[in-house]
Amino acid sequence: MGDLFTLPVLLGILYSGIRLATPYLYAAIGETFVQNSGIFNLGVEGIMLMGAYVGFFVGMTTGSLWLGLLGAALVGLLMGLLMAVVSVTFKAEQGISGIGLHLFGMGLSSLLFKKTLGGVESISGFQPIKIPLLGDIPLLGDVLFNHNLLVYVAFLLVPIAAFVLYKTTFGLKVRSVGQNPQAADSLGINVAQIRYTTVCIGGTLAGIAGASLSIALINLFQENMTNGMGFIAVALVYFGSWRPGGVLVGALIFSFVNALQLWIQVKGINLPSDLAVMMPYVLTILALAFAVRRARQPAALSKPFERGEN
Amino acid sequence: MPEKPGIKKFLNQLFEALLPLGSVFLALLVGALILLALKVNPLVAYSSMLRGAFGDMTGITQTLVKATPLLLVGLGVCIAFRGGVINIGGEGQLLVGALAATALAVGFQTAPGWILLPSCLIVGALAGAAWGGVPGFLKARMGVNEILSTIMMNAIALQLSNFLLRGPMIDPAEIEAGTRIAQSALLPRSVWLVRLVPKTLLHGGAILALIMAVVVFIFLWRTTIGYRIRAVGLNPDAARYAGIRVPFYQALSLILGGAFAGLAGAVEVMGVQHRMMEGLSGGYGFSGIVAALFGKLHPLGAIPASILFGGLLEGANKMQRTVQVPSALIDVMLGLVVLFVVSADLLARSRARRRKING
Amino acid sequence: MKSVLFRLSLLVVLAAVLVSGCAPAAAEPVTVEVTRVVEVEAAPVEVVVTATPAPVEEEIFRVAIVMPSSITDMAFSQSMYEGLLKVQAEMGGPEKMEIAYSEGMFKVPDAAAAIRDYASQGYNLVIAHGSQYGTSLAQIAPDFPETAFAWGTSLDTFQAQGITNVFAYQAEAQEGGYVLGTLAANMSASGVLGVSGPVEAGDAKLFVDGFKTGAMIAKPEAKVNISYTGSFSDVSLMAAAAETHIAAGADMLTGSSQSVVGAIGVAKEKGAKWFGAQWDQTNLAPDTVAASMVYDWTGVIKDMITSVKAGVMGGKAYTLTFKNKGLVIAYNPGVEIPADAKTAAEAAIQGIMDGTIAPLSGPKQ
Repeated sequence: MGDLFTLPVLLGILYSGIRLATPYLYAAIGETFVQNSGIFNLGVEGIMLMGAYVGFFVGMTTGSLWLGLLGAALVGLLMGLLMAVVSVTFKAEQGISGIGLHLFGMGLSSLLFKKTLGGVESISGFQPIKIPLLGDIPLLGDVLFNHNLLVYVAFLLVPIAAFVLYKTTFGLKVRSVGQNPQAADSLGINVAQIRYTTVCIGGTLAGIAGASLSIALINLFQENMTNGMGFIAVALVYFGSWRPGGVLVGALIFSFVNALQLWIQVKGINLPSDLAVMMPYVLTILALAFAVRRARQPAALSKPFERGEN
Repeated sequence: MPEKPGIKKFLNQLFEALLPLGSVFLALLVGALILLALKVNPLVAYSSMLRGAFGDMTGITQTLVKATPLLLVGLGVCIAFRGGVINIGGEGQLLVGALAATALAVGFQTAPGWILLPSCLIVGALAGAAWGGVPGFLKARMGVNEILSTIMMNAIALQLSNFLLRGPMIDPAEIEAGTRIAQSALLPRSVWLVRLVPKTLLHGGAILALIMAVVVFIFLWRTTIGYRIRAVGLNPDAARYAGIRVPFYQALSLILGGAFAGLAGAVEVMGVQHRMMEGLSGGYGFSGIVAALFGKLHPLGAIPASILFGGLLEGANKMQRTVQVPSALIDVMLGLVVLFVVSADLLARSRARRRKING
Repeated sequence: MKSVLFRLSLLVVLAAVLVSGCAPAAAEPVTVEVTRVVEVEAAPVEVVVTATPAPVEEEIFRVAIVMPSSITDMAFSQSMYEGLLKVQAEMGGPEKMEIAYSEGMFKVPDAAAAIRDYASQGYNLVIAHGSQYGTSLAQIAPDFPETAFAWGTSLDTFQAQGITNVFAYQAEAQEGGYVLGTLAANMSASGVLGVSGPVEAGDAKLFVDGFKTGAMIAKPEAKVNISYTGSFSDVSLMAAAAETHIAAGADMLTGSSQSVVGAIGVAKEKGAKWFGAQWDQTNLAPDTVAASMVYDWTGVIKDMITSVKAGVMGGKAYTLTFKNKGLVIAYNPGVEIPADAKTAAEAAIQGIMDGTIAPLSGPKQ
């Protein structure tokens, strides 16, 4: 075990953990907006896959990663819009429509992949940018301040989201719509409009989450490459008690433990590999049970708004 | 005129029955456009889909084989959702149920079938209940949200299954042959569920599932515990004022939900595969949720819903083989079906509301 | 709605029960007698056929394959599908040999339905390309004596159960692993090698164990770090595993399953070398992939087709080995491999072919 807690290992965990956390942050921060407005979007995984595919395909065919990123954001927005139509206008059962959206996105991304690319190809993604001064800090500089753009933006998103949710009128409207849509409605807030906006924000960020994998971190597209990340992202919103800061803590715990378990295996510590892979899941549950302060979920979460009811 | 309300009621019922079918039709219409884009004749594709699901003996039995775990998982989902908890952990509960039933059957090969077979079913259900009980306990005692914990428990169950199947529970023949494929030994024949139709996979588990649907219906609507679970789900605050221990009944509904998913796992091992292996759960833990919601979270409604959904899954596979389109198209169409069906619900609900208002 | 659908479903169930009464009569017993003399370790399988073949030479040979992954997975499924395409081209194109495939069949009951369906459509050879399909296949094969089946990876043709129309095939992944391990250990400057597998079982485990043995024999002071991601499809975790190996000092990486594409990207970015398994992964990273162990199933496929045409519907177990050229090491000309490393690898191949090297324990004596 002593072998495990050496400086290179700790730095390695920090570096891999930051990279692993990036897609979770985009997706989970987006879902935080969605759920704070009272909508439960379980289809994040499907949106991520579409974002990953479109980001990669556009990036590869146009040669511009920026266009790829834009494409991923747009397709995420469209998928979000679809979810909003189904869950806000048609007031559909949200858990199940999320599963529908997931199947749709997963299937469509694979279908398009097969028909347009036909096989796995790689791309040269967003390159690491070393931040001046900070990047020169011994040891930590390389680990913390030498990442690609999408990694930095993911972490910047946390304070921005917190600011928007807690310090702006828009954020206030979002939270009031999620807590008590009837009261918000009587105050003249357009419940449907707010919910459309948040679900579209969530979709856009989920699309970017997918692109962060396909054109910034792993730089290729393969069918079903998110492998359940979208569902973990939804779980992280619950872990974070619907606050961006809490989501960050959750995403980091999950990712650091995931990086740690890989090091445990690489260092040849005598633990069956399957049990090592289990660790982040077990610890996330335990952390929530014992360490994290609990908060009440948005009162109207996953309840469609019917004017004049109650 | 006395007949008129009767006719009206009948027409209303007919409309509501046709609504999901209509939205399935609409989804197929969108699917047809995609098929045309793939240069496939949609009529050929869809007729093969229908034949695949209900067209011949193989299709019908395969549909029912699929419907069986869907129904069992769906029944658990009914109980959990009626109790106001969202159980996404069917996948993991199904796996541990299958693992437990396998371990018992393989461990006590020589025990007489009349005692071993029911024990395996019960142990499978108990293991699933335990797996659902962890999120139940965490919710009741620590306030841990069950969506988070059931998603995590799915991942844990998958790794547990990997671990057991490549280590303690691996088929000794696999070690001997040096192939080391992660699967358990074959279950003793005494626990194989009876084949209802020879040369097909349809097994006695289908009948068990039908019986269980009735049992769950009676449980939820004719017993005190069932009444309390539903009361907690409908309005936890009111239930609390009425003196019902809300956390206890929430945990109980997660445990019972897990038990049915675990039973589905045991049935799948004993009825279809006859051994535990990777890929056994086959996504039934998720599709079961969809089936239950198609059935309006009613145990009896889940019966036709799971048959319909099972037929859809089976027919889609047949279509994929017949016209050789990528299997991903099936997911696209299933996704659309789900989205359209839940969206169409609005029409049914608004009609119901109008009826209520009009008296 | 409930009640209407409920009644409908009851009808369906009732119909099912009724029809079950008039199931088709049992198929006629098979007249082909196959005796198999086989030693599992020895590569080529000897088959003594005392058969009464009834080869109705058909114009077109129809093959169907059912697989868990996809035909573009750059791994196990793709290797078989491309093998079929190659044989098809040799036989004279789609007019002479038809290929039908079902991919994404990770649910075993779906795969079983597909296998049964292909058989009832009269395909000559139905390949169940996944070891998890075996139990289902053993239940299906006896119902279709006119159809030949094949499955892998396994060596069990179910003869013990009285089944005569099933072929089995397996790749000796540990042989390729041993050679790549030898190559990697000789090429490594740091003396640290990183291996990232999916689940610690089956083909992947054999490959990894062979790789480790080969590396340790070539360079006893080398360090082989091994990790598993617990999933066949988690590209992201596979990438993180490769990062971890490189951070732990590895400059030579390998792995197996379709998720390794994530790790290859990391190797490329960090300037490490990659050794591919199951399929030639060179075109994904032309400067990074040093060599790949490639499964070449064409020999197996051709032999199965010839057998079926001669009326032998099963009973043979095939293994891909260096000796029978089913395993091939594909070097990437774009990556410079030191002469001594290549010599050592070739010697390892020779040793494995002679039987002087056991890929899971090293040279004999």
